[in-house]
Formats: sequence, structure tokens, C-alpha cells
Amino acid sequence: MESASAATTPRVAGIRRRAARWKDYAGAYAFLAPNIVGFLIFTLGPVIASLILSFCNWDVITGVQGIRWAGIENYRNLIHDSEFWFYLFNTVFLMLVIPFSMVGSLVLAILLNQKIRGTTFFRTVFFLPSMCVPVAVFLLWRWMLNADAGLINRILAAIGIQGPNWLHSPTWARVGLMMSLFWMSIGGANMVLYLAGLQGVPKELHEAAEIDGASGVQRFFAITWPSLYPTTFFIFITSLIGAFQGNFEGPYMMTRGGPAGATTTIVYYIYNNAFAFFKMGYAAAIAWVLFIVILAVTVFNWRVIEGRISYH
Amino acid sequence: MSVVASAARRMKRREEAGRSLGAGAKIAIYTVLALLGSTMVLPFVWMLSTSFKEAAEVFAPGMHWIPEKIMWRNYVDAVTAIPFGRMLFNSLLVSVTITFGQVLTSSLAAFAFARLRFPGRDALFLGYLATMMVPGVVTMIPVFAVLRILGDMVPYEFYFRQTWLGNVIGGDSYFALIAPGLFSAYGTFMLRQFFLTVPRELDEAAVIDGCSKFGVFRHVIIPLSGPALATLVIFTFMWSWRDFMWPLIINNSIEMQTLPVGLATFQSMFGINWNLLMAASVIVMLPLIVVFVFCQRFFTEGIKLTGIKG
Repeated sequence: MESASAATTPRVAGIRRRAARWKDYAGAYAFLAPNIVGFLIFTLGPVIASLILSFCNWDVITGVQGIRWAGIENYRNLIHDSEFWFYLFNTVFLMLVIPFSMVGSLVLAILLNQKIRGTTFFRTVFFLPSMCVPVAVFLLWRWMLNADAGLINRILAAIGIQGPNWLHSPTWARVGLMMSLFWMSIGGANMVLYLAGLQGVPKELHEAAEIDGASGVQRFFAITWPSLYPTTFFIFITSLIGAFQGNFEGPYMMTRGGPAGATTTIVYYIYNNAFAFFKMGYAAAIAWVLFIVILAVTVFNWRVIEGRISYH
Repeated sequence: MSVVASAARRMKRREEAGRSLGAGAKIAIYTVLALLGSTMVLPFVWMLSTSFKEAAEVFAPGMHWIPEKIMWRNYVDAVTAIPFGRMLFNSLLVSVTITFGQVLTSSLAAFAFARLRFPGRDALFLGYLATMMVPGVVTMIPVFAVLRILGDMVPYEFYFRQTWLGNVIGGDSYFALIAPGLFSAYGTFMLRQFFLTVPRELDEAAVIDGCSKFGVFRHVIIPLSGPALATLVIFTFMWSWRDFMWPLIINNSIEMQTLPVGLATFQSMFGINWNLLMAASVIVMLPLIVVFVFCQRFFTEGIKLTGIKG
């Protein structure tokens, strides 16, 4: 009797323990369930679906029956699609604004980091444009850049310069779009991130360098700038990804992608293909190529730039 | 004690005096700040100025900042031309629901990822991380297609279809505007990282006191995560309020549009009536600016905390 109970007790205990563990697991999955269901339906499922769709031709209107397998046709067409390459060029061209706006954000952060009165007021002022609804900001800038009556050309006229016909010239339209992007991004999150970075620079280093007779400029390049590398890297990468994924509202509101496609970005081209021409398969193919480009750029940046930072 | 404190105070004051700027440097900094500040403000002033002008005055040459006649009518015209009130309601409904839903689902999942053990946890979390890099347009295409097909499947006679509530599902429905925004890998990731910083001893103490897992979540983790939750609330609200592309493609009927899309519609209707367009822009910008002025501290703290961009 005694030996039998000694033999069963561990087994019963084991079963109980396992049951308890599975109860724990069930609890954990219950916490996850709402999020996972949404994740599967609205993220993972669509990602896979759009990958499959990129190998098909489909116009949605014909329903599920209208889906036709196309193999790599969409991708092959993409390589020979001169519009695609032009719009990719536009997307990259618009990224030229990133270094300018980063320098601007850094300058603003340095100014606001000084021990003077009124920094809170100025911070609010600089922050304001990035807090506005982008669509409204771009509409405002369309008006700012109006050739006859816009504020920019009025100011230029006041100092004797005949302003360009901004949004009707391919080059100036790009510049105008970048001006609006600059205005919106210079004082926003990037400035706050730089401000946080500046406040994280050890004061002792500055004091030691001051005693050694280093000038303000020397101290900036020897101490401040290197300790801002991680912030700079973070801002650069997120801006780059943002520029690849975004830049839709600006062209949509200011130029409708024109003139002559000069401000059409990749995302705008995907939008046109999918929701104006109903070429779902082709749009999905471009979207996937964009995804892979973003992935490649990010990994490249991690490997190369991050590596350099740590060796500095 | 007081001697030490006053000595410390004196030392601090001397230090500050040593590091404070000279008058020349201060003037230079204020000049640059004022210059840059006015660059930020002038477009807003220009927008307000234009929005109150008469149509004839808008294109008049020269710089007229103050309109000859203040045209409040422009605002009345803008609001009556398209249903801005309805759009404001739509934006509020969509943003509030998405914010509430996303914070709820994200915090529950983040708790599971940060505190509970279950098979497949790390693989699943990696999956979440990986999808954060997927551009929105990749998922938008199939979701649009599925919603459209579902919408077509709802019988036309179905009562709710084409009522003022919009469709039940598919295009022109609140469901389409709200459902895809209720879940977020980013929110889950951000909250998980924050939950990990809450000391585990607190959980254990609560469990000893007889707390269930949900009790730990509800009474330990959530109360201690105020800043992270506030950040997520603000940024989710901002994001969904400003979202443009998805509401643009999924909802066509004017009653079902959100404010940003409504402004685009308004623009296509009143192409060169810049006074009306600027009045409409002011209307669309104002709610968010009011929110910002009241919650500014949360915005800046939130950015520092998470590195999210607004």
C-alpha cells in the first residue's frame, strides 16, 4: 500500500503541474488574443496576401474569380517601367531635404539648450508646424508658393526678385515641396530628440575642456557632436524610412504628383496603380520592392554606420 | 545643516554665474531665435490673413496682412459648403476608438510578452518586430480588396446599408476606418520595453497577496506605466487624426470622410478660392493645435521616452 502511493504521488503531482502550466499558457494566450487576431487579420495576413498578389493580375472589380496567376510578369514589367525608375529617383531626390532639416533641428536644439529666458515659448513656436494636420500644412504651402499671389513670391518681389512659377516647373516644384517638408520637420520630434541628446552630454567633459582652454567650437566638435552620434543615427534612419514610406500627402495636396510626374513618389505611384488604375498585382509588386529596398537600406545603415560609430 | 545648504547654494550660484552667457552672446541668440521663430509663424499669420479676406483682395498686389474687411462669412461658407461638422464627428469617433482600442490590445499583449511564459513567445515577438518595417501600402492593398469584396457581399436591402451610419462593412463604413487601426505592433513593442523596467518584485509581492495575473496587470503594471501609456495615447491619437491615405481610399461618400480627407475634397471643389481654402485649413488645424497647447509637456516627454515621431 505504502509503496503504491509513493509511486503514484509523483505522477499525480506531475500531471497537476503540467495542467497548471497549461492553465498558465492559456492565460497568457488570453492576454495576447485580441492583439494576435488583429495582427493576423490586418498585418501578417495582408503581408502574405500582397506577396501572393504581386505574382497575379487582378482588378478587384471582377471579384475573387478575377485573380489570374501571372508568375514574375509584374516584376519583369517593373524593371522595364521607366516611370517606376523616375519615381524612385524623385523619392530619393526628396531625401535631399533630410540633412538640411537635421542640421536645422540641431541648431534649434543648441539654441534652446542655452541658459536664457523664454526657451519654452520658442520651443512651442518651433514645435507648432509639426503638430498640424499635414494635409492642411501642404495646402497652406501650396498657397505660399502660388506664383502670382503667394507669400514667398511677394517677399521676393519686395526685394526685387522675380520669383519662379514654383509648382508649375519640375525643378522648382521639387524644391517647393522640400521647403514645406523642411518647415514642418525642423522643429518637431527631431529637435526634441537632439535637445534630449544635448542634455545627456556629461557636463564634466565640457568643464574639463574649458579649463584646458578649448573654444566653444572646439568643444562642440570634440565633445558634443560625438556624443550625439546615436541620436543623429536614429534620426537619420527614421527620416530615411519615413521618406521611403511616406511623401504622399505633400505631392497629393500640392502638385497631384506633377508637373510631368516630377513630384510623384513611389508611394504615390503605388496609390495610383492600386486605387486609380486598379492594377492590384502590379501595385503589390511595387510595394514589395519598396519593402525590400527599405529593409536593405536599414540593414546597410546598421552594419556600416553603426559599426563606424562604435569604433570612433 | 543650514550652513552646508547655504554653502552649496552659493557654490551653485557661482557655478551658474560662471557658465552664464555674456550680453553679446544673448543678443545674438535671441536674434537668431526670433528670426527662425518668425519663419515658423509667418505662414500661419498668412493663412489667417488670407482666410479673412474678400475674394477680390486675395490676389491684390503688395503685402496686405490685415484685410480691409474682416470676412467671417468665409468660415460660414466653408462650414456650410461641405459637412465639416459631420467630418469632425467622424474624426473624433475614429481617433478616440482607435486610441482606446490600440492602448487596450497593446498593453494586454505587452504584458504577456514582458511577464508571462508560453511556448512560441520569442518567435512571435520577433514576428511583431519584423512587421514594424513593412510599409503601410503593402498591407493596404489586400485589406482594401477584402473590405471591398465583403462590402459587395452585404445584400443591398440590408437595413443599415446606406443609412447615415454608413455601411456595415466594406467601403464607406466606420468599420473600415477603425478596425485596421485597433492593433499595433509598435504600441506592443513600446509598452513591452517599458513594462520590463517595472521591478518584478512588485509582481511577486502582489501574487503572494493573492493577485491573479490580470490583477497584477491591472493593479501593478498599469498604474506604474503612466508616462508610457500617456505617450501611446497621445501618439496614437495624433497618428489616427492625421491619417490620410487609408481614409482617402476606403471611404468615398462625403459624409463618411474624416477631416483631412474632407479638406482634400474641399480643395477639389473650390480650387482657387484661396480665402475659403485657408478658412477650411484653419478649421482642420485648430482642434489638434488646441490639444497640443494643453498637452505640450506630454509630447516632448513622450518623444524623449520612446523616440517616436509625431
